[in-house]
Amino acid sequence: MRAITKKDLKIAGACVVLYAIIEALLQMDIIGSFWELNLILIAINIIMSVSLNLINGYTGQFSLGHAGFMAVGAYVSAIITVKFHLPFLLAIIVGALGSGLLGFLIGLPTLRLNGDYLAIATLGLGEIIRIVILNIPYVGGASGFMGIPRYTNFTWAFFVCLFTLFFIKNLVNSSHGRACISIRENEIAAEAMGIDTTRYKVIAFTIGAAFAGVAGALFAHYFYIAHPASFTFMMSFNYLTMVVMGGLGSITGSIAGAVILTFVSAALASWPEWRMIVYSIVLILLMLYRPQGLFGNVELTSLSIFKRFKGGSK
Amino acid sequence: MLNIENINVYYGAIHAIKDISINVTEGEIVTLIGANGAGKSTTLRTISGLLKPKSGKIDFEGQNIAGIPAQAIVKQGISQVPEGRRVFANMTVLENLELGAYIRKDKAGIKEDLNSVFERFPRLLERKVQLAGTLSGGEQQMLAMGRALMSRPRLLLLDEPSMGLAPLLVKEIFSIVKEINQTGTTVLLVEQNANMALSIAHKAYVLETGRITLSGDAKKLAASEEVRKAYLGG
Repeated sequence: MRAITKKDLKIAGACVVLYAIIEALLQMDIIGSFWELNLILIAINIIMSVSLNLINGYTGQFSLGHAGFMAVGAYVSAIITVKFHLPFLLAIIVGALGSGLLGFLIGLPTLRLNGDYLAIATLGLGEIIRIVILNIPYVGGASGFMGIPRYTNFTWAFFVCLFTLFFIKNLVNSSHGRACISIRENEIAAEAMGIDTTRYKVIAFTIGAAFAGVAGALFAHYFYIAHPASFTFMMSFNYLTMVVMGGLGSITGSIAGAVILTFVSAALASWPEWRMIVYSIVLILLMLYRPQGLFGNVELTSLSIFKRFKGGSK
Repeated sequence: MLNIENINVYYGAIHAIKDISINVTEGEIVTLIGANGAGKSTTLRTISGLLKPKSGKIDFEGQNIAGIPAQAIVKQGISQVPEGRRVFANMTVLENLELGAYIRKDKAGIKEDLNSVFERFPRLLERKVQLAGTLSGGEQQMLAMGRALMSRPRLLLLDEPSMGLAPLLVKEIFSIVKEINQTGTTVLLVEQNANMALSIAHKAYVLETGRITLSGDAKKLAASEEVRKAYLGG
């Protein structure tokens, strides 16, 4: 582990300031409940898109079932708080472990598949998870899991999101992350370098799934309810849009994608029939003019403007 | 050093390698030549663990490595430069080389080898922070070779290093292969450019549709009527 640099402190400082400002605005009721909801959704969506980016963007394994893991996290954490009356933090952790474990079990066989095949397999698995939940009366079945306490607030969402970003950023910058990226770049060459490709694919998939579970826990404990219809294929597709829009392999990109698309869908809340049209147009334009996504695979902090301030050393 | 005995490799139902036996002695350059589809690359990929033989033995320094996973074979001291170079295009030259040393933990040794790769390929040093995908074909080949050397292999497997390169560059690449060999790395070279390969190799095997049809001293093979007719253009 490298030492904490000045840059890290600056970023941490900026995060605290950002949190303080928003929290103050919330306390003073300048930000109403509609936008509070959207701020929390942004945090949840960032967790989802960054964790999906670890699988799709960094490791290059095309997964279409991310909402399924979110559902597992939502339901498992709700069981912990509702049925066992245990604290929220524990519920988040158990939710993450549950979806991570499922990700591991699913990842082992499916990650031997490539490209389109993996996409279809994960798409199917996401749906299977949803259908299975739909048929378990213990968690409410088709009417959904009701009576979940509202524990999620802006503070929880913000700091859990921050932890996710910290964790995944450190992971992709480590030698493990390098191994994942090399699989995306060229699997055969990665294997020839002595990298255990299956192992790293499963690791990335498991960690991605676990963080989707975290997002699911936050989600269920904000909306009082976990409902199978919330975790359909459209939801997975939504997160994929955020990741692709921001740039596969860029954390800043995923954040930007999550923020922009959450805002767009909030702004279009009164015209829901327009939402998918706008989404589709945005995607088509993006693929035409910037197929690598807003950020490509670079981070905001490594763009040339920032480098100039750092004296261009690298 | 490397002793292959009667291996058979299949792609599904296709019998690609039929009873091949190859022997590589430490310090040599051994080359496999032959036409397209003869099974040269398949043989190499079987040695490096990317493919598994159905039967037969691959013995490397007294250990059977047939069928064990690729990453374990790299640890044994065999490193492959894959066909078509396969550099990590969106990574810098330096990052590519660092990944070559992925299995190693000795930081000082890695640094030393990095310097010696840069010494051998000064062009890579000039392009250290450039993305590998933006290099020319010849430079990518050098990078792929440098990357393979970063694991400090005792046996280097080279798959078609001349592919798609200008004749002048091919010459350069081959003289580098010779140099690498002279500094103590054993080389197993797969090549379509039989002329070049035979000129630097000590020993050669000729493959034809999955079988070895000729083998022996490289100089003698280069002079033999049969090989000249079939592979050397006269």
